Amino acid sequence: MKAIRNYLDKIKPQFQKGGKYEKFHSTFDAFETFLFVPDRVTHTGSHIRDALDMKRTMTMVIIALIPTLLFGIWNAGYQFYLSQGQEAGFWTIVWEGFLRVLPIIVVSYVTGLAIEFAFAQARGHEVNEGFLVSGMLIPLVMPVNIPLWMVAVATAFAVIIGKEAFGGTGMNVFNPALLARAFIFFAYPGDITGDKVWVAGLTTGQAVDGFSGATPLAHAAAYQIDQIPPLHDLFLGFIPGSIGETSKLAIFIGAAILIITGIGSWKIMFSALLGGLTMSYIFNLVGANPYMEIPPLTQIMMGSFLFGIVYMATDPVSAAQTEKGKYIYGFLIGLFSIMIRVFNPAYPEGTMLAILLMNTFAPLIDHYVVEANISKRMKRSAKLTNA
Amino acid sequence: MTHLFDIFVRSIFIENMIFAYFLGMCSYLAVSKTVKTSVGLGIAVTFVLLITVPVNWLLENYILKPGALVWLGSDMADIDLSYLSFIMFIAVIAAIVQLVEMVVEKFSPALYNALGIFLPLIAVNCAILGASLFMQERDYHSIGEATVFAIGSGIGWFLAIASLAAIREKITYSNIPAPLRGLGITFILTGLMAIAFMSFMGIKI
Repeated sequence: MKAIRNYLDKIKPQFQKGGKYEKFHSTFDAFETFLFVPDRVTHTGSHIRDALDMKRTMTMVIIALIPTLLFGIWNAGYQFYLSQGQEAGFWTIVWEGFLRVLPIIVVSYVTGLAIEFAFAQARGHEVNEGFLVSGMLIPLVMPVNIPLWMVAVATAFAVIIGKEAFGGTGMNVFNPALLARAFIFFAYPGDITGDKVWVAGLTTGQAVDGFSGATPLAHAAAYQIDQIPPLHDLFLGFIPGSIGETSKLAIFIGAAILIITGIGSWKIMFSALLGGLTMSYIFNLVGANPYMEIPPLTQIMMGSFLFGIVYMATDPVSAAQTEKGKYIYGFLIGLFSIMIRVFNPAYPEGTMLAILLMNTFAPLIDHYVVEANISKRMKRSAKLTNA
Repeated sequence: MTHLFDIFVRSIFIENMIFAYFLGMCSYLAVSKTVKTSVGLGIAVTFVLLITVPVNWLLENYILKPGALVWLGSDMADIDLSYLSFIMFIAVIAAIVQLVEMVVEKFSPALYNALGIFLPLIAVNCAILGASLFMQERDYHSIGEATVFAIGSGIGWFLAIASLAAIREKITYSNIPAPLRGLGITFILTGLMAIAFMSFMGIKI
């Protein structure tokens, strides 16, 4: 540790104003603050010391994502061997899944971080930790068969247009990971929908007879209600789907971590769950087609609904900021997710688009919550002065 | 009844004037700096739509359409005045906008000043003429359908401009790259919002 510190101190002057590598100041700064706690403090004005800085927040979200990632890796291998009709040991399965998932993660991080560093360099600000979470979320919402160049293009789109154009971490209006997925969804729909993309090797190879690779949502959209796996399979996640979304158990562990540490808002998760259940219950009452008759519990266990409301909807930057607004925001996400999924024949899953849609309306919700509060307090004070 | 509901929801979300057709962009981009003025403009646009589309529907069905003049006598049945529809529609719109302008100036001078030149410019707002032309093209069968379509389009436009204004208020202090500040980022924002609105595309009610 001491040696690294000494080395950094030795080369530091070259990166400061007037030094040889002045242009690469922010790159140096990123590595230095990554390795050591910076010793600079604010000299004037009031400031708050808090152990929870951006680095801690982002690290906690990464920890909360680990269960879904580990299960995703295992499931990628498991679905592969299932489609080939072969038996395999636990570690063989994990290794197969690891080889399939790792490249997607590497591509997402390398592309995103390269762009972040380039922007920080060009604009002369510090590299911040915002991409650590997005870079992990992007692979988790991709199907395992996604071509790697597509991941790179989508990540570049999300980081440049969705984040850096708005001024970087903390200023984006839309969730970058969802933008990346929406980008692929609209630009290359063939590679992110259908029955072939969710299981490793199925786009090029052959599966054994009787293995379709269709997700529960695809069965539901085709009204093959009896083909939907039983509830415990949906819960544990032995189903085809995007890498991170399949195991609801892993998602619940992640949700617990986020709620206990106070990083994810339980209000958003709870109200979104309530919204989803309400909408499925209303559909049950209408019951116009078999899709609408799916019980609420099965409905919310399918697809990426829980993954979306736990990790994506709670993104503190793009979600509603006011406490009352969070309930409205979450509830509408739940409502729209199920509605788009059932109503829209073109889209098998609605969670991604519902969250993007509510990202659009979150500032408006906040605005009116604040306005309502102002007018309420104005009335109260007017009453007090009159009395 | 479900038919009217279909037209209503469709015109708000699925065929949104801004995000599906990109109509009425000039005032949408220029007046969306604060929520308050954009809500005012949104209401004004909705109101103008609500009056002009039904009036233009009457014009279309009783004067302009081929054979529409048959109520004057059976020898008028083969007259086709549809080449006049553009000028007739825009004249109606200009007249209604004058009316709205006077009303707003009388009852809300603050809003009148905030909207400035964009209030008279509603007359040349593409969304207004666009709605009348969509009404003509889609051949709505009754004045009720035309009215519901007008209200829906207006609410859709209103939602679009209000949410854009709220986002622009939120990003006022963002560290946006200098060349993109102002209109540039608003264009990017509109594109991203349109992606979010694509969630409704293809829905059949």
